[in-house]
Amino acid sequence: MKYACLIYSTESDPAANPEPGSEAWGPIMEGYQRFGAEAEAAGVMITGEPLHPTSSATSVQVRNGETITTDGPFAETKEQLGGFYLLECENLDQALEWAAKIPHAASGTIEVRPVPDFSEL
Amino acid sequence: MSEHVRGAIAEVVRREWSTVVASLVGDLGDLGLAEDAVQEAAEAALRSWPRDGVPDRPGAWITTVARRRAIDRLRRESTRRSKTEQLARLEERLGATDLGGGAEDGETLLRDDQLRLLFACCHPSLHVEAQIALTLRSMAGLTTREIAHAFLVPEATMAQRLVRAKRKIADALVPFEIPPDQQLLQRLASVRHVVYLVFNEGYDATAGDELIRHELCGEAIRLGSLLAELVSDDAETLGLGALMLLTHARRLARSDRQGEVVLLADQDRSRWDRRMIERGTELLDRAVRLGRPGPFQIQAAIAALHADASHADETDWAGIADLYQELTRISPSPVVRLNRAVATAMADGPSAGLELLDDDDLAERLALYSYFHSARADLLDRAGFPEAARDAYQRAVGLLTPGPQRRLLERKAAKLGHRA
Repeated sequence: MKYACLIYSTESDPAANPEPGSEAWGPIMEGYQRFGAEAEAAGVMITGEPLHPTSSATSVQVRNGETITTDGPFAETKEQLGGFYLLECENLDQALEWAAKIPHAASGTIEVRPVPDFSEL
Repeated sequence: MSEHVRGAIAEVVRREWSTVVASLVGDLGDLGLAEDAVQEAAEAALRSWPRDGVPDRPGAWITTVARRRAIDRLRRESTRRSKTEQLARLEERLGATDLGGGAEDGETLLRDDQLRLLFACCHPSLHVEAQIALTLRSMAGLTTREIAHAFLVPEATMAQRLVRAKRKIADALVPFEIPPDQQLLQRLASVRHVVYLVFNEGYDATAGDELIRHELCGEAIRLGSLLAELVSDDAETLGLGALMLLTHARRLARSDRQGEVVLLADQDRSRWDRRMIERGTELLDRAVRLGRPGPFQIQAAIAALHADASHADETDWAGIADLYQELTRISPSPVVRLNRAVATAMADGPSAGLELLDDDDLAERLALYSYFHSARADLLDRAGFPEAARDAYQRAVGLLTPGPQRRLLERKAAKLGHRA
């Protein structure tokens, strides 16, 4: 089954999310490279991407045929979505095990969501 | 059909429930479908057994019928690829027909099926309330109505809780597996927690049918033994088993003929179940020999010291106070600290107990716990402060709903009122 691992963390916390290119940034990137290589080698990696911070987000809603565009993310939360992986795992236990290895699991929260397969319906 | 026959059949069905559900989940990998099929098979049993008699192996009968029902259902919905795979597996199992009864391999298979189901029911991805409800439904074979009754929630609420939990298990693919070694200890801890909550639900509940409550305790003890068979060298798992046996051994002495609560000090100890105490003590000895103490073992040791005293006056309070001190060290919950103070007062006098209770943080955290105030009142009274004792009793009374417990405390407060 496919699982989305949504990576949430506090954007404003410099320890968890240092400036790109800064000294603290290096080790976190290395952590992600290691994770990617390991998941690739185990055959569970489908894809994964980081996201720009929520300050770059635009929310779109269509109501009565009219498109409403607003600055910022849909929901103001304590932790923000900063990236995701799509993994192919045997079951939830395996997905949770991989989620725990994502570097931001140590400072933020990884939300694991199964991806439904509508082709079977 | 007479109520008697119906009741006897329902009893057989309940006894076989978890075995049959576990076996079908093994075939189907789908708890919702498995339970629906077993439910239909149970209804079929209620219709045909009064006419044809109860079969020699009722479990095998229900399993076969439930498999056929599941096959019917899957055939109707077999456009889905995965359903076709389930169907093939089920038909193969139905052809083999052997439930594995008798042979040693079969026994292990049955036990492992149940453990797999138990680990899925107690999966940490589910809310703990859902874990308990699922365990009661799938492992103990309680009906949704009975579970709702035990938790004092409307039946519809409980039904929804169960449906949601089963849907999550199916959607997120929670595995029906005994966790691998590197996860086993952590997962065992959450299963033990649920089993103990099931036990307490039966033991402590202030409402609910007495029969069902005893059954909850019995079921928790059965699940505890199942776990102890899986990990016979895990000290806390054995400790949990010992604690439940040593506590449940007092069940017949805990209430009088009118159903009023009888406190430990006043219980007729000849009504304690000596055989169960022996089994509990044996289990505790095995646990302690492993040399890895933990909260369940310490609580079991406390229960064992109570069981050792043939009269309340002979209780080894100093030993119990020491054990509570140890328990406070490794799991310092406010209630444990309160129990320690009470035991210390029994061993060293009321002032020693009051000293341990004289703590603002503790008082704040237990402010809404009536037993904190009534225990403190008792110690204040014995230490010679009747007015403070009366105030504390009144605070305890204010936190209780009308009933025997509140009447008891009102009488105590009134007595002190006259003296002051």
